[in-house]
Amino acid sequence: MRGINLILTGNPEVLTITALSLVVSGSATILSCAWSIPISLGLSLRSFHGKRIAKGLFNALIGVPTVALGLFLYLLLSRTGPLGYFQLLYTPSAIMIGQSILVTPIVVSFSASALESVDPELRNLARTLGASDLQTYQIIIKEAFWGVTLAVIAAFNRAFAELGIAMMLGGNIRSVTRVLTTAIALETSRGDIALSVALTLVLLVVTMSVSIAINLARKSTP
Amino acid sequence: MTPQIETAEVTKDYDGLCALDHVSIAAQLGQTTSIVGVNGAGKTTLLKILAGLDFPTSGMVLLQGQEANSDQLRTHCTLVFQRNMMFGSSVYDNVAYGLKIKQSSSVDVPEKVRSALALVNLQGFDRRNARKLSSGEQRRVSIARALAVDRDVLLLDEPTANLDPANTIIIERAIKECAQSRAVVLSTHDLLQARRLSDRMIHLYRGRVVEEAEPHRFFAKPQHEATRLFMNGELYF
Repeated sequence: MRGINLILTGNPEVLTITALSLVVSGSATILSCAWSIPISLGLSLRSFHGKRIAKGLFNALIGVPTVALGLFLYLLLSRTGPLGYFQLLYTPSAIMIGQSILVTPIVVSFSASALESVDPELRNLARTLGASDLQTYQIIIKEAFWGVTLAVIAAFNRAFAELGIAMMLGGNIRSVTRVLTTAIALETSRGDIALSVALTLVLLVVTMSVSIAINLARKSTP
Repeated sequence: MTPQIETAEVTKDYDGLCALDHVSIAAQLGQTTSIVGVNGAGKTTLLKILAGLDFPTSGMVLLQGQEANSDQLRTHCTLVFQRNMMFGSSVYDNVAYGLKIKQSSSVDVPEKVRSALALVNLQGFDRRNARKLSSGEQRRVSIARALAVDRDVLLLDEPTANLDPANTIIIERAIKECAQSRAVVLSTHDLLQARRLSDRMIHLYRGRVVEEAEPHRFFAKPQHEATRLFMNGELYF
């Protein structure tokens, strides 16, 4: 009950952590889309040697353990690592980069499936009406819009709910890199169950409501 | 008179299978040329090559006597596919698609869409969801969409397959009207329809042109045994 009260009364700690989580995971998802959607277009609409292997690789990477990726990126970003010069470790940017890499296979695989499910003859239809290659891609993306959107939402939820990368690259620094998952882990270990429950409820409500909102929007579209 | 579009010895192989074998046909402006033949004869392949959507293995396609590449073919020809395919939007947006991507002036687009829809008796359908129309209505939208872009060559792949007589009559009337200013090439199984619409008939069998004639001669005195069997319904692939 105290946990719910913390949410209803707008506890500053809960609000700060929630806002940071939304910004970091939202930015990571958008950043990932910048390369993942073009990759999925290439994988689904182009023919090349090794296409099946590439698709299989992205499918396999969906299940990569977040701590494994976290450790790999930690070694890259740490002061003595190859990217240490940028001093990104223990910053929100480090979490954002890590999460964007983490969700890349999700966006690529799910978007490629959605794009492949569009009738391939639609491209020919667009071409016979005068569309350029770029315009045929736009048509395919438009037709696969909801499938690609669901891929992006799945990616956001994965980034929002992951712990390993946020902990290893962010360091769980209060008001700087403390996000919902790292705060839940910390508060539970410290015995502040009320705050943990409040943060967990926020985590669940955000992830579920995003998915529900998208499904409702999809159903209301003619 | 130089044909609007023609093929010169076009051959198309798919993994060693010959879909078209040295096919040479021609279509004149203001005329309708029907390609008839059994399933698998190569009609759709030929139309796709004419539309610039597929490439011949050898031979060439010519526009007004000049060899044309696929970009040029797509600028001059448009194909109505055998299967109904609608973009997931309104009838208006479907018909306007080719005009909008050409960036026609916004004043022209509604007028051109309106007249294309009128030609296939779909006035007042503008705002309807194209995917929720009956198959006959969708076919008429497909034809209006092709007519709206106003190309010299209109290619129709089985334009009235599986349609009821009312839809067939509307589509045939639209084909006749637009053939006055275009070269129309249509593939069909329906010999009576070919007879009604055509100025020239071509019988394609196993990827080869086995007969080419004006309709009255084609039906009265078929020269090739395969054409006689086809007309009697006794020809199989």
